[in-house]
Amino acid sequence: MPVPLSHFLVVAALLLVIGVFGIFMNRKNIIVIMMSIELVLLAANINFVAFSGALHDMVGQVFTMFVLTVAAAESAIGLAILVIYFRNRGSIEVEDVTTMRG
Amino acid sequence: MIVNLAFYLFSLILLASAVMVVTARNPVHAVLFLILAFVNAAVLFLLAGAEFLAFILAIVYVGAVAVLFLFVVMMLDVDFAALKEGFQRYAPVGALVGLVLFGELFLVVSGWNVLAGATAARLYPTPDNLTNAAALGSLIYTAYLPLFQLSGIVLLVAMIGAIVLTHRDRKRALRQNLAMQHARKPQDTLVLTRPALGAGAPLPAQEKETL
Repeated sequence: MPVPLSHFLVVAALLLVIGVFGIFMNRKNIIVIMMSIELVLLAANINFVAFSGALHDMVGQVFTMFVLTVAAAESAIGLAILVIYFRNRGSIEVEDVTTMRG
Repeated sequence: MIVNLAFYLFSLILLASAVMVVTARNPVHAVLFLILAFVNAAVLFLLAGAEFLAFILAIVYVGAVAVLFLFVVMMLDVDFAALKEGFQRYAPVGALVGLVLFGELFLVVSGWNVLAGATAARLYPTPDNLTNAAALGSLIYTAYLPLFQLSGIVLLVAMIGAIVLTHRDRKRALRQNLAMQHARKPQDTLVLTRPALGAGAPLPAQEKETL
């Protein structure tokens, strides 16, 4: 791998920070929160793949595939919940969820 | 050299589009920038030597997950301007947490080194005589087969869950009732009348109900 491993790690760290920042910034918009979670998972995947390439070990790529699977399932379920929530409430503001309290 | 230049170019586009994802005013633009971020991350995967995962990311993520986001964003008629308020209020906290997190990560990234015996401790070293897809396949179908099957079950559960959650039972749907059709007899439905000339025949009561 001609590109040094540390460069990959810095890019992944920046991507993770941007994702966490996005979760904090868009407190109300749950769609953007889910996209930020996708960015965080993508940063983790970049780390896995970079270490797999640098150490010549295949296990990192196997785990990346499992992370991709779980992330796809998570976004599918999350968007389904979002759709039925919007159908019931007519809004997707996260702060409105507190009205579900018993 | 050209590989390094490509790495910097694509990682720069990746980070810029990630920033646009979290700051875009229009969520449709945010999803489109998310697609751009995924494509650039796929190129980074290629540069790291994981061709199969790069194409999986481009096909599955851009083709399925990002388009799913796009569908939901366009399907829901949401007042996105109202959702954007409070952006400035949360900015200092978010920036503080982000800076602290990045500082910690930078310390980790700048302070680590590979142990001397790390190459000997590898579980499954990358084979030299196989392509990336063949190497990955020969691993997930042998050593990681149970986990692979479990991830398939995770996807199945997610699919069933999404369908169950969003399925609406439509009462007005016209369904074929085979038992009713098979039990139908001519005596039940067919009435022979001999109407008077010019008077016409009344509709049977049963037919009126089903109409």
